Amino acid sequence: MAQKNIYEYDAKMLLAKELPKYYPEFKYHNKLAIAESDTDLEQLVKDNPWIETDKVVVKPDQLFGKRGKANLLLLDANCDEMKQFCVDNLDRVCEIGNIRGTLKRLLIEPFIPHEKEYYVSITSDRENDIIHFSFEGGIFVEENWDKVIHIPVPLGKDINFFDLEGKLPDLGEYKDVLIPFIKGLFQVYVDQDFAFFEINPFAITEEKEIVPLDVKARLDDTAIFLHGDTWGNPDSPIEFPAGFGQTMSEEEAMIHELDEKTGASLKLTVLNREGRVWTMVAGGGASVIYTDTVVDLGFGNELGNYGEYSGNPSREHTEIYAQTIIDIITEKPDPQGKPKYLIIGGGIANFTDVKATFTGIVSAIKKSVDKLKKANVKIFVRRGGPNEKQGLELMKQVGEETGIPFEVYDRYTHMTRVVELIKKAEEGKT
Amino acid sequence: MEDYDLFDENSQAIIYGFQARAIQRMLDFDFVCKREKPSVAAVIRPTQAAAVAYHKVFWGSNEIVVPVYKTLQLAIKNHPKADVMVNFASFRSAYPTSKEALESDTIRTVAIIAEGMPERQTRQLIKIANERNKIIIGPATVGGIKAGAFKIGNTAGTIENIELSKLYRPGSVGFVSKSGGLSNEMNFMISQTTDGIYEGIAIGGDRYPGSQLIDHLLRYEANPKIKMLVTLGEIGGKDEYAIIDAIKAGKITKPLVIWVAGTGARILPAGLQFGHAGAMAGSDMETAEAKNKALREAGAIVPDSYEDLDKMIRQTFENLVKEGKIKPAEDFEPPKVPLDFNDATRLGVVRRPADVVVSISDDRGEIVTFNQVPLDKIIRENKSIGYVIGLLWFKRELPDFAQQYIEMVIKLTADHGPAVSGAHNAIITARAGKDLMSALASGILTIGPRFGGAVSDAAK
Repeated sequence: MAQKNIYEYDAKMLLAKELPKYYPEFKYHNKLAIAESDTDLEQLVKDNPWIETDKVVVKPDQLFGKRGKANLLLLDANCDEMKQFCVDNLDRVCEIGNIRGTLKRLLIEPFIPHEKEYYVSITSDRENDIIHFSFEGGIFVEENWDKVIHIPVPLGKDINFFDLEGKLPDLGEYKDVLIPFIKGLFQVYVDQDFAFFEINPFAITEEKEIVPLDVKARLDDTAIFLHGDTWGNPDSPIEFPAGFGQTMSEEEAMIHELDEKTGASLKLTVLNREGRVWTMVAGGGASVIYTDTVVDLGFGNELGNYGEYSGNPSREHTEIYAQTIIDIITEKPDPQGKPKYLIIGGGIANFTDVKATFTGIVSAIKKSVDKLKKANVKIFVRRGGPNEKQGLELMKQVGEETGIPFEVYDRYTHMTRVVELIKKAEEGKT
Repeated sequence: MEDYDLFDENSQAIIYGFQARAIQRMLDFDFVCKREKPSVAAVIRPTQAAAVAYHKVFWGSNEIVVPVYKTLQLAIKNHPKADVMVNFASFRSAYPTSKEALESDTIRTVAIIAEGMPERQTRQLIKIANERNKIIIGPATVGGIKAGAFKIGNTAGTIENIELSKLYRPGSVGFVSKSGGLSNEMNFMISQTTDGIYEGIAIGGDRYPGSQLIDHLLRYEANPKIKMLVTLGEIGGKDEYAIIDAIKAGKITKPLVIWVAGTGARILPAGLQFGHAGAMAGSDMETAEAKNKALREAGAIVPDSYEDLDKMIRQTFENLVKEGKIKPAEDFEPPKVPLDFNDATRLGVVRRPADVVVSISDDRGEIVTFNQVPLDKIIRENKSIGYVIGLLWFKRELPDFAQQYIEMVIKLTADHGPAVSGAHNAIITARAGKDLMSALASGILTIGPRFGGAVSDAAK
C-alpha cells in the first residue's frame, strides 16, 4: 500500500468531477472514451457520438509517457482513422523504454487545436505541497526544466489565503484564468489525497477555457477509505493498474487476491520461473535483505521470486502461500539436473507465531514430497520469534520424515548465512 | 529525564486499544527490568459503555488491575504523569486519536502502530508534533524499546526473546531502523556482538515516518551513555543523506555502523514495491548502492553486504572497549516471569485435577462431541432436537419414532406459562447437589404473585 498510478482516464474524470467545486468556471468537455481489445468500435462510436462529429486524439492509456516520440499518438483524426489506429495498435506488442508489453487500452478524446502549451504539476514532501508551473509545456518541459517555477505551499495552508500570484511571473491576459485554475487544482490534489498530479500540457482556448491535454497522476491508495464517494463506488472502485508490461501470472494474481482479503501481508512476484534459488521469507524488511544477499553473492540470475509474508497470517493462508511457491519451483526440474534451493527465512519475529506459520508451510511440504524430490529441491530454514523452538522442530521433523534435504538454523545463525551456505554447496558441486 | 530521552524506568504509557497481550508483554518486561511501577498507566477502549472499567493483568505472579477508559480525555486527566501514548487504533482512526494525544499537554511521545495510514494524515500529525515539540514513532511500526526501562507494545516479542537479547538492562548501543520486524533481529544480533542495546527504535517503513532516522541518531549522539550507533536504512527516500550531512557537519561523532538494504533492487522489475511503502528508488540517489557508498565516503562504517554487518558491529565495539571508551555493561540474572497457566499446560509442565467430570459431552478437542458424535456432524446432517436429547440423556442414538416423540413433547410443552420460578429453582437447587428439603425450600421461597399465585392466595 502506497502511492499508486491511476489511468489518465480516471485522473481526468476525477478532475472533471472535483475541480468545478473550487473553480466553477472549469467546463470540461467530458468527452472521453476507452477502446480495449474486446471493445466493439461501432458500439463505442454509437455511445460517444462526438467521435463522429469532432476531430479526435487517440493515445495509449497504460501509465507511460512520451507517446508522441514512440509514434503512438494519433492527432486530429476522423472517425475512420481512429478505428484504423485502434485496429492497428490494440494487442500489438511493443517496447517502451526497454520494457516490452502489449498495448491494451487506448484513450480517445476530442482534438483541441491550440497554439501554446502550459505545464503544471503538484508534488509533496514532508512539510509542503509544491506547485510546479511553466509557460513551456509539452515535450519541451524537460529541456526547459530550469524555466519551471517551483512554489512550496506549507502543509495545512489554505490556498485561498496564499499569495500565489506574487510567486508566479506575469501571466498577462490569462491571469484571471490561471490563478483560480491552479488554486482549484491544488485543492483537488489535497482533498482527494493525490500524491502526484501533472498536466503536461494544458491549453487555453480562445474562449479562455482551460483544457487538460495529457494527465499523469498518482493517488495515495491508503486513503481509499476516505473517498468512497469520489474514487468510484464499492462495485467499481478506481483501478490501480500495474505498470506497462507488468502482467500478473496466475499464481501472482491468486496471492494478490489473498493478500487483499486478509489483514496480514502476502506478497509474491515471480522473477524467473526457471530460477534455482527461491525465497519464502517472513517480513518486509527481511525479504529485502535476503534478496540483497542472494544478489550480492552472485545468484541474481538464479533468483526465482521476490516476496514476503508478515503480520501473523493464519496457518491456512501460509499454507496456500507456501504451496503456490512450491508448485512453481517444482513445475519442472532443472534441465541439467542441478539442485534447486528454497530458503524459508526470516528474522526474529516480534509477534508472528513461528509455530503456527511453520505448521502451514510444513503441511504444504508434506503434500509435495514427491514433487520436491523430483525437482531436487534442498530446503534451508532460518527463523526466530514466538514459539521458535517448536516451529523449528517441526521443520526438522518433516525433513527426517520425508527425506527431503533440510538444513534448519535458529537465531544463533546469522540471518542470511543460509545464502552463503547455498553458495558453498554450489561451489562444491562445480 | 533529559531532552534526549524519550523514556526512562519511570515512564508510563496510555495504551489506545484494548490489546491484552501487548499490555501483558509490557508488564512482563517491566517485571524482568525490576521496574518499581508498571509502565501501563491506563488503557483506552472507545467501544465500552462505561466511562471507566478495570482490566486484570499479572505483575509477576500477582494480579493487579489497570483502569480502562472510554475516552482519552479522562485517561489524560486521571494520569497526568503518563507521557507516552501507544496507539493501536486502526488506520481508519489512527489520525484523530493521535492528533488528540499530540494536542494534549501531558503526552509527549506517540507511537502509531497502524499500517496504511494516509500520507497526508501522517504529514499533518508531523506538523502538529513539530509545532508542539512532540515526538511521533511510526506509523507502521512495532515501536521501540529502551533496555531495562520501557518498551512499546509488542516490541521485542516474547519474554524469552527479551531475556536472550539482554533487553532487561541497558547496553551501550543506540539502534534505529525503518523495519519493525528486523529491529528485533538486530536487538539480538547486537546483544551477541556487543554489550547490548541501550535503546532501539523502529521508525516504520512509510514514506513519511513521524520521526526520522536522523532524529533518533541525534538523540543518541547527545546521550553520554550511548557509545556507538547502529542503523539499518532502506532503499528509497533521502533520509540517509541527512545522516551524511550530520556526520560531515560534526553533529554525529560516535562510531556509526550502518547498512542500507535494497541492493538487490537492480534485478527487480521497475515499479515493484520492494518491502515497505517508502521503499522505492525514485532516482539514482535513492538506491541502496548510492546511499551505502555516500555513507562510507562520509566516514560511517558500512559493510560490503548485510552478511558482514554483525562482524562490523563486533569489531567496532571491541575497538571501543580496547580504547577504554566502553566499560561493558554488567549483567545480572533477571527475575523469572511465571509461566501463564495456558502456556504451561500446552508445554505439559503443569497439571491440575478437573472440577467437573462429564461423561457425555466432551469439549477438550477441536470439535465438541455429544456422546462421541461431533457437533459438526449433527449440524451437517441436520439431526433433530430429539436426536440430540437422545445423545445427552440416554447416551444413544434414539430410533426415529422416539426422536419424533421427544420433538412432539417439546412442541406441546414448549410454553409452560410465564415465570415458572418455583419449579425452576427447585430443579437448579437439586442439580447443585443439595438435599431434597433445600430444593423444595428454594422452590417454595420463590412462590409469589407471579408464580403459584393460587397456592399463595390459599395460604393467605
